[in-house]
Amino acid sequence: MKKILAVDDSASMRQMVSFTLQRAGYKVTEAKDGVEALGIARSETFDLVLSDVNMPNMDGISLIRELRTLPEYKFVPLLMLTTESGLEKKTEGKQAGATGWIVKPFNPDQLIATLGKVLR
Amino acid sequence: MTVDLSQFYQVFFDESLEGLDAMEAELLRYSEGTQDDESINTIFRAAHSIKGGSGTFGFDSIAGFTHVLETLLDQIRDGQRDITSQHIDLFLQSIDCLREMINALSSGDDSVPESTAQLKAAFEAILNDEVADEGEQSALEAEQITTDSATQAAAIASEAHENTSGWKVTFIPSEDILMTGNEPLYLIQELTELGDHEVELVTEKIPSWSELKPEFCYLRWIVKLYCDCTEQQINEVFEWVADESEIKIEELAATESTKVAAVPALNQQDTASSEAAANEVKSSAPAVTKNADTKAATAKPATKAKQADANSIRVGIDKVDSLINMVGELVITQAMLSQLFEGEMTAQSLTRMKEGLAQLEHNTRDLQESVMRIRMLPISFVFSRFPRLVRDTGQKLGKKIELILQGESTELDKTVMEKISDPLVHLVRNAMDHGLESPEQRLAAGKPEIGKLTLNAYHQGGNVVIEIIDDGKGLDPIKIKNKAISNGLIGENDELSEEQINLLIFEAGFSTAEAVSDLSGRGVGMDVVKSNIQALNGSVDVESVVGKGATFRIRLPLTLAILDGQLIRIGQHVYIIPLVNIIESLQINQNDVSRIGGEYDVLHLRGEYVPIICLADVFLHKSDAQTLTDGLLVVVEVDGGKVGIFVDDLLAQQQVVIKSLEANYNKVEGISGATILGDGTVSLIIDIVSLVRMAGVKNISSHNLVATETHAQGGTA
Amino acid sequence: MTEEITDVEKINQKLGLLDGVENANVEQFLSFFLDDEEYAVDILRVQEIRCWEGATVIPNSPISVKGVMNLRGTIVPVMDLRLRLGLAEQAYNSLTVVIVLKFITQDGIEKISGVVVDAVADVHSISPEDIQQAPELSSNVNANFVKGLGSSKSGALILLDPDTLLAI
Repeated sequence: MKKILAVDDSASMRQMVSFTLQRAGYKVTEAKDGVEALGIARSETFDLVLSDVNMPNMDGISLIRELRTLPEYKFVPLLMLTTESGLEKKTEGKQAGATGWIVKPFNPDQLIATLGKVLR
Repeated sequence: MTVDLSQFYQVFFDESLEGLDAMEAELLRYSEGTQDDESINTIFRAAHSIKGGSGTFGFDSIAGFTHVLETLLDQIRDGQRDITSQHIDLFLQSIDCLREMINALSSGDDSVPESTAQLKAAFEAILNDEVADEGEQSALEAEQITTDSATQAAAIASEAHENTSGWKVTFIPSEDILMTGNEPLYLIQELTELGDHEVELVTEKIPSWSELKPEFCYLRWIVKLYCDCTEQQINEVFEWVADESEIKIEELAATESTKVAAVPALNQQDTASSEAAANEVKSSAPAVTKNADTKAATAKPATKAKQADANSIRVGIDKVDSLINMVGELVITQAMLSQLFEGEMTAQSLTRMKEGLAQLEHNTRDLQESVMRIRMLPISFVFSRFPRLVRDTGQKLGKKIELILQGESTELDKTVMEKISDPLVHLVRNAMDHGLESPEQRLAAGKPEIGKLTLNAYHQGGNVVIEIIDDGKGLDPIKIKNKAISNGLIGENDELSEEQINLLIFEAGFSTAEAVSDLSGRGVGMDVVKSNIQALNGSVDVESVVGKGATFRIRLPLTLAILDGQLIRIGQHVYIIPLVNIIESLQINQNDVSRIGGEYDVLHLRGEYVPIICLADVFLHKSDAQTLTDGLLVVVEVDGGKVGIFVDDLLAQQQVVIKSLEANYNKVEGISGATILGDGTVSLIIDIVSLVRMAGVKNISSHNLVATETHAQGGTA
Repeated sequence: MTEEITDVEKINQKLGLLDGVENANVEQFLSFFLDDEEYAVDILRVQEIRCWEGATVIPNSPISVKGVMNLRGTIVPVMDLRLRLGLAEQAYNSLTVVIVLKFITQDGIEKISGVVVDAVADVHSISPEDIQQAPELSSNVNANFVKGLGSSKSGALILLDPDTLLAI
């Protein structure tokens, strides 16, 4: 079973993402900010990391930058959840090592479809 | 896949309301000038999360409204704009507006307050006027928001009216594509799912073995798609890699489409799978519209969730985990005990049973404490609403007020907390309205222009004390007395101390406001405040110095459910004294006892005089003890002083579940409640404060103090 | 005293059978003895009947309030009906029972309270038209407590009103 780390400071988004992914057959671990996510990612590896951008303590882009430097995450898809207004963020994210992005708002079907780009 | 999004609504509402509270708190710091670098980020993040969530869960009215807020916040955050007091006012009004919308939504009502449109217009005016370019951009973005999901849906369900026969897609990935986490193979697969296709792999760029870097990608692909998909669909496949990789999309010449027929023959299996894929794509189109349907259908369950919420509590998962662990231990102990009875009873099993019972007691207590802890919340939940209230009320009254919050982390039972909120608001309003003076009056009185209002909370014994302290003009005893006389509360010739006069404001129907003001004069008097607090087994009193200010002090029990009790006996009667009140228990030495004013005895205890209350006398019971040396004295703390309660004997200490006497009877003076003991009998719990009042002991703390002074003098003489 | 039913359980069973049986024209009353007179209360107000098992004294309470008892975890006050009605006090014996009654306070709150009576008597069906207004009573019973007078085989039945009787 593929393991996904879902990072978002919003509990409702986290639950929605997590629920959707679990229904699609993934094993999901949740984290509420970059710091927590990084801690978890260091102790176990994931097949994909899905992270919000705007978060307290450590934002999503910093998280992706940090993760990409870890040898275990060199090739792992790291996706950001961004809003339509964050066009700059997409570029910034890519520079930090993000694989791609999912634009908010999205619905569960879009989420699963998008994951299919990098996880099969 | 159908996911019922309504299951996440309540969490979204809760966290949005929390986010709004955080926004409000930070905005208020701006108006106070105490903001820090994180403030704007916190505000922005809250708005951002609400927008993201509302968009995702289909609350478009909120998403649209929050969007303008977010845009302005973003500009402020990026330093393009300075935050002004106008902005803060607008933001605060928007927060009210959003709260209203969220509360309405959580009860299944998606109406939008009228003020929304005005506020939105005000924000848009700011965004457009001042920075024209930015304004345009944001308008553009706003448009995008509404069309974004629509275009996505349209793309999936695309009917592809373009009259092309297909596409030739050349994909040259950047060499380091794998290190971005993208997998070219998946992209090609995704592309081929669009329809009938022909894939050509170009391997000529693979370097010689010695030069090959295993982490690099040297492959290229040429995909011919024989289907009526759009160019946009193709672009979407490569969206994430478009910047670094080379992607060429060319329209196939019409003649090439003849190959379509040949392709299935070449690879039937492949076509079958791609047909299935095509079906999948098609079927996802109705899913979009279905989503809109479910939104309407789920409006009702949301209402249900709201009702449940009124009595729900958010609990950290760690607290729940620890509960589960404890229940586990309880089960183990229970299993161990029942096993003991399977074999024959021996002396050994008796010992083990004793151990088991001790373990059981331990488990039960732990469990009980953990369960109680779930109900405890920091008082900041209530305090946090006051900065806004004080700011708004101050503005309305034309008074300058500084609010100081202390002891915000003091924990209190959730039920108590909910019920104390209204009385607190009333007392705070009262302090601002009647206590604190206008800036002119303050300056004239030689005080700083800005009035100080302090909310303070702390634990004292088994109680939570909340103080509302203002440095205003204090209560006016003459005015209160006159009013009380005219209301017939007291007679003209009644001799009352200033303290007693001040307490008159808690009498029914009393109001000191000369004119009923907009604020405190809401038909609710201090008497209601008092009775609300008393209903929680709490008390309220007031200390006031004319010209200096007033302190209202509320005393509340930590929890309404359980207390640690000391069982005591007088004659055949067993009572419970809350353990938290007890300082010590001792046997009286007659030499240390003296009689004050012929009213009651006091015990000289380590430099203090402690009044002795004979419980049997107050409760009119027959006591075993004939003299003070026959029984025991339980020294308790009350109102910052000490009194001794004289009883026949001390029995066990145990935790008791508080039961109401009032449910079927009345409030009994000197008694706070009842409990059921192990043998099934009822025992009454003594209310120390009320007992002291009954015994007629007054001013205990000053009494103790005077005693100390007398003693000190005696010592030096 | 005529036919006394002393078995609390039997009466409770009888109560159970009556529960829900409502004849439009007939009201049912549970009667009991106090100082050799037969009193009764509307049976729909009777929650249960218990043996006297003692009560915990409430300090400074009216003399008629015997205290509070534990009714399966609920704290319920118990009142000596003799003392409440101003009759002579009598030591409790094996026939003494506690009738647990529902009543409504002036504030409209439903509460329960136990009343101690000498003994339970019977259940009577009385049509409302057979209930007479209480005349100036010969006994010293407080007129407020009396709802009216009915009759039984053995003679007059004093119908009590729990709402006024139990309001303290």
